[in-house]
Amino acid sequence: MNAIIEIFPQLARGLHVTITVLLASAILAYLMAFIAGLCRLSQNIFIRKFTGFYVEVFRGTSLIVQLFWLYYAIPMLFGIQLGSNWWTGVIAIGLNYGAYLSEVVRGSILSVAKGQSEAATALNMSRFQRMRLVIFPQAVRMMLPEFGNYTIQMLKGTSLVSLIGMTDILYYGDILRSSNLSQAPIVYLLVLVFYFILALPLIWLTRKGERISKKGVANG
Amino acid sequence: MTDPIVRFQDVHKSFGDVNVLKGINLDIKPAEKVAIIGPSGSGKTTIIRMLMTLEEPSSGDIIVDGKNLWKMEKNGHMVKANEKHLREVRGDIGMVFQHFNLFPHMTILENCMTAPIHVKKESKEEVRDRSIQMLERVGLGEKLDNYPSQLSGGQKQRVAMARALVMRPKIMLFDEVTSALDPELVGEVLEVIRDLAKHEDMAMVLVTHEMDFALDIADKVLFLDEGVIAEQGTASEVIEHSENERLQGFLRRFRG
Amino acid sequence: MNNNWSWETFMDALPFVLQGLWITVSLTITCYLFALLFGFVWTFLRRIPNRFFNWIVTWVMEFIRSTPPLVQLFFLFYAWPMIPGIGVTLSPFTSAVLGLGIHFSTYIGEIYRSGIDSIDKGQWEASKALNFSTVDKWRRIILPQAIPPTVPMLGNYFIIMFKEVPLASTIGVAGIMLMANSYGAQNWSYLEPLTIVGIIFLVLSYPSAVLIRKLEIKLNTRFDKNAAIK
Repeated sequence: MNAIIEIFPQLARGLHVTITVLLASAILAYLMAFIAGLCRLSQNIFIRKFTGFYVEVFRGTSLIVQLFWLYYAIPMLFGIQLGSNWWTGVIAIGLNYGAYLSEVVRGSILSVAKGQSEAATALNMSRFQRMRLVIFPQAVRMMLPEFGNYTIQMLKGTSLVSLIGMTDILYYGDILRSSNLSQAPIVYLLVLVFYFILALPLIWLTRKGERISKKGVANG
Repeated sequence: MTDPIVRFQDVHKSFGDVNVLKGINLDIKPAEKVAIIGPSGSGKTTIIRMLMTLEEPSSGDIIVDGKNLWKMEKNGHMVKANEKHLREVRGDIGMVFQHFNLFPHMTILENCMTAPIHVKKESKEEVRDRSIQMLERVGLGEKLDNYPSQLSGGQKQRVAMARALVMRPKIMLFDEVTSALDPELVGEVLEVIRDLAKHEDMAMVLVTHEMDFALDIADKVLFLDEGVIAEQGTASEVIEHSENERLQGFLRRFRG
Repeated sequence: MNNNWSWETFMDALPFVLQGLWITVSLTITCYLFALLFGFVWTFLRRIPNRFFNWIVTWVMEFIRSTPPLVQLFFLFYAWPMIPGIGVTLSPFTSAVLGLGIHFSTYIGEIYRSGIDSIDKGQWEASKALNFSTVDKWRRIILPQAIPPTVPMLGNYFIIMFKEVPLASTIGVAGIMLMANSYGAQNWSYLEPLTIVGIIFLVLSYPSAVLIRKLEIKLNTRFDKNAAIK
């Protein structure tokens, strides 16, 4: 029990990094998801192929590879130091899950029933209005559970930033473990509990999203 | 003799190798009620879907109120219509679908209000009043804030009609609007259509299998068979005086 | 650190990194087979008709699934040997098989469950009516119908597993990821070997994904779920 009281505040020092990386990379991922998802439905073949390339590259390789690659490549290719590894982590996680989520966006838009777009045409809506007023609101409902699931994946993914020296929860766990090897079981168990506590609201939101997505859409 | 509001000139349509329509010529006058009957697969639905711009004709012209629907003039040439042109011409046309196609994420009042507000840029208050009026007319004044999933099929179809009517179309298309309904719900939908046919001065085109009903309200009946209009005329001309054997056979099957 | 892309380094690093390919592939296969097997354990545990027990199993699965596999690897590799009584030292390879295998078995278990749940009630009733034993019922009626439709989903998890395996480099499994990092450390140029790793992943996972998509289409046409009740 004493050990827990000792270890918990130590790990909590990493909370800030874990949470900010998660929030920033989630925002980037959602942004990329909608941009790339819509681009893949574009009528312009060049835009479609280009985003297809982005999606396949990021889905086809591992997050950990991308993280290290960007860690070394960003300073070299762009001749800039981002100033911190925080950005490297955010960009890697955001681009990676943005690629996965763009498929969710694309699939949801495609799965809104064809009759919906026809009804909107019959009401003389423009292409943009059909998308904004009819297709999109329904597609977004369908996306919610997958967005929830992938956000949990992103939370798990944030643990990788400890590998590039970011001081997140796992980083402090590693420090504690190396200072006292016999404490390792309790340290890592608490690290896991920490992540699980962070995941709980996301799990709850995902289940809520599942309920919402079940009503209010016409698909097929 | 008034000018037709819709004119089909030698319209053909094929899907892949299948020629569905093989030269349709057709005039619809303002306020005329037209019923299109015929065996399934004869291309009835395709005719009104092309008029609604949901399907592009393979060849021929469709003229709506003097304007060519699918073609527009550009630098002295007729070219394929763009989205802007289609929107200009189809603004006077409304359609009701077999499967209702209500927007499931909107209440039924919102279903009616969204297009007049966003497409015709009318004021919200005015549109709301008109929508409520229209929903009351189809007998759903009590359900304004319900979602489509909370309604029966017959109610959904009546909402779909109100939604189309709020746009004040000059031409209304009905695509087998009772085919997806349970038999006991067909009557309430037909009643609304009958009411419209009697009191509204818009043109109506009905694709239907409700033969007696169609013959009852239609000014003109078209019998579509194997991609051409095999017979047309008033209801009595078509039913009683036609010598077309396929039509007779078809009518026997449907009228018992 | 070397700050310019060099094809010379690239060609130099290529054979070095490729030395790790066999480990990466065999670890993927082992982890995957372990997850396939262990998935059945979850499915079985969740079918035990006791609400409290069910609740526990559900949350244990949720716990494993929503915490980082990286930490789970560290737990098995660094912490497990320290646990008094049951602790044993695990090799990096074994830790990875257990860690990644158990992590993904929670997903696989859910896939099995969805397959079993999708079986029409009539099939259960029919096997009862025909007086099958429990074993025969599962072996001859339920599983042969439940598993085939899940094959594409299971296949996807093979690719996902392949992409998670480089995590094991952090506990010293000498796959392509570790080889790339150690080449980088020795020669002070990381970008070329890491690019090689990326290319290897793309070359192997993209065709597999295409293959699974084809399999999915084929299965969908062959295995019509509704045929039994039509």
